[in-house]
Amino acid sequence: MRLRIFLLLLFSVLIVLGAPLIGMHILGWEAIFKPFGSEPASVILWQIRIPRVLVAFVGGAGLALGGGAFQAMFRNPLATPYTLGVAGGAALGVAFVTRMGLLMVPLGPWLVPCAAFLGSLLAVGVVWGVARLRPDFSTSVLLLAGVAMTFFFSSLILFLQSTANLRDSFRIIRWLMGGLGEARWEALAVMIPAVVVGAFVVGRRVRDLDLLMVGPEIAAGRGVDVLKTRAAIFLGTSLVVSAVVSVCGTIGFVGMMAPHICRLVVGSHHRVLLPVSMVFGGTFLVACDTVARTVLAPVELPVGVITAFLGGPFFLWLLIRQRGIFQH
Amino acid sequence: MSETVFRVEGLGVRLNGANLLDDIAFELGKGQFMTIVGPNGAGKTTLLRVLDGLIRPTGGVVLLEGRGLETFDRRKLAQIVSFVPQGGFGGSDFTVRAFVEMGRYPYLGPWEPHGPQDIEAVEQAMTITEVKHLENRLLGTLSGGERQRTLIAGALAQGGRVLLLDEPTSFLDYRHQVQILDLLDHLNRDLRMTLIVVTHDLNATVGSSDSVLALKDGCVAYAGEPEGLLDTARLAAIYENEFELIPRGRGITPLVLPARDGSGLRR
Repeated sequence: MRLRIFLLLLFSVLIVLGAPLIGMHILGWEAIFKPFGSEPASVILWQIRIPRVLVAFVGGAGLALGGGAFQAMFRNPLATPYTLGVAGGAALGVAFVTRMGLLMVPLGPWLVPCAAFLGSLLAVGVVWGVARLRPDFSTSVLLLAGVAMTFFFSSLILFLQSTANLRDSFRIIRWLMGGLGEARWEALAVMIPAVVVGAFVVGRRVRDLDLLMVGPEIAAGRGVDVLKTRAAIFLGTSLVVSAVVSVCGTIGFVGMMAPHICRLVVGSHHRVLLPVSMVFGGTFLVACDTVARTVLAPVELPVGVITAFLGGPFFLWLLIRQRGIFQH
Repeated sequence: MSETVFRVEGLGVRLNGANLLDDIAFELGKGQFMTIVGPNGAGKTTLLRVLDGLIRPTGGVVLLEGRGLETFDRRKLAQIVSFVPQGGFGGSDFTVRAFVEMGRYPYLGPWEPHGPQDIEAVEQAMTITEVKHLENRLLGTLSGGERQRTLIAGALAQGGRVLLLDEPTSFLDYRHQVQILDLLDHLNRDLRMTLIVVTHDLNATVGSSDSVLALKDGCVAYAGEPEGLLDTARLAAIYENEFELIPRGRGITPLVLPARDGSGLRR
């Protein structure tokens, strides 16, 4: 187990350090030592590639955290902030701000994450309401409610997009596909605090998540305040996911794949699983983004294309071998 | 009765206009073994959930060791009362040991490592329930009897003095039923734990418990000595089925047998 975690860390350090050096332009080593240099190599490395790799890492880590927490809470590998509509709500918030042309007003850039957070809270509110109306809190009902919400939100997003002018419309579409092309240092100022706070909120509940995975009734019997824990996980995850969505768009499947793969490797103790998943998810998104921006260079693929290309078949594989870890 | 563990008066649970439990009253002393019987849907499981604070009653009083149950913090309550629910549990990639360790939840902070007390409680719980040799097995690979013993071990690791069990012997073959019944007797007689067990096994009930509470349609149909239940008219009223009592000789309680075809046993 220790060895596996060590190998993962090593692998991830290599990828994260190596990724900025890979790209359309081969950069000389000397750029590394000139973070504030004005020659093209320094600017590409320090103003474009390094912040982009960091955004990808923090984003992937946040998505994996949210996915791991939701999978345990709902006892289902298909339950993630994406399948439950949280990301869809966040996306709606962003699309709304873009459609209204608010990106250009002062403080506009800060409106985006706030709108995303409000949108995700809207989704959480609906899912929570359904759960309260159906006190058995059955996972299949909630997953279906989440799917319904996601379709509903995407119809609203497409409505906003079709009524937008050409520039905003293109922006919404490009952003919806999920991409890190716009990622700069400022984006990290939004993402890092959100992911840190979210990780703290979820991290206080690692034992609760272990027990919830065994069963909500057993968890309650052991002393878990199930309602409070669920509320905390929902809020913490919404914060993380909406910050990531507001910067990177809707990048699917990372939140589902990363924690599930890690579960197979390090087991389901969330004290170990969540940090490992975050590292793995971050590294995974860095790798996908590196492929996305180099494979067809100079054309750049949205990273969501790569993750979904890998994620779709993974989803099917999960459905086929679903009885397993989550069996109950 | 010496110290009272549970004191229940006028307890009612209403949900969507239906009375799941109505005017339940009983008192249970320390170290007592109480069995709850009754037909399906009589409210047995609901009563257990109320006693573990999982359902808030809509009327009446539940006192645990003289204090209102609703005044307990969930963790504090978990340190006194453990609940072994019925049926399966997930998390099948946890080991037996990891699952039993989760019983220490009410004593530990989120990142606090297990102290010597926790380790001792876990070891003891696994030894009593004879799952120590399974400690590294994954939950998903256990047989029915092993699962049930593991479930009880997890509840014992909570270190409580009251144990609530919901049909602990259903779905088990005879040998494993006997194992569980012996385990419950050991917990009650030797470790002086207070037990409340929901069961359909009337013969086992009469053999080991100190008192019986029979529920029907959410109301108390009988409360008292287990022997008092051995009455064909009373059993017929509770279960809506005829029963026969098979004598087993002087001084031994008769066996209870449900009759078939409405009139008697099939020959």
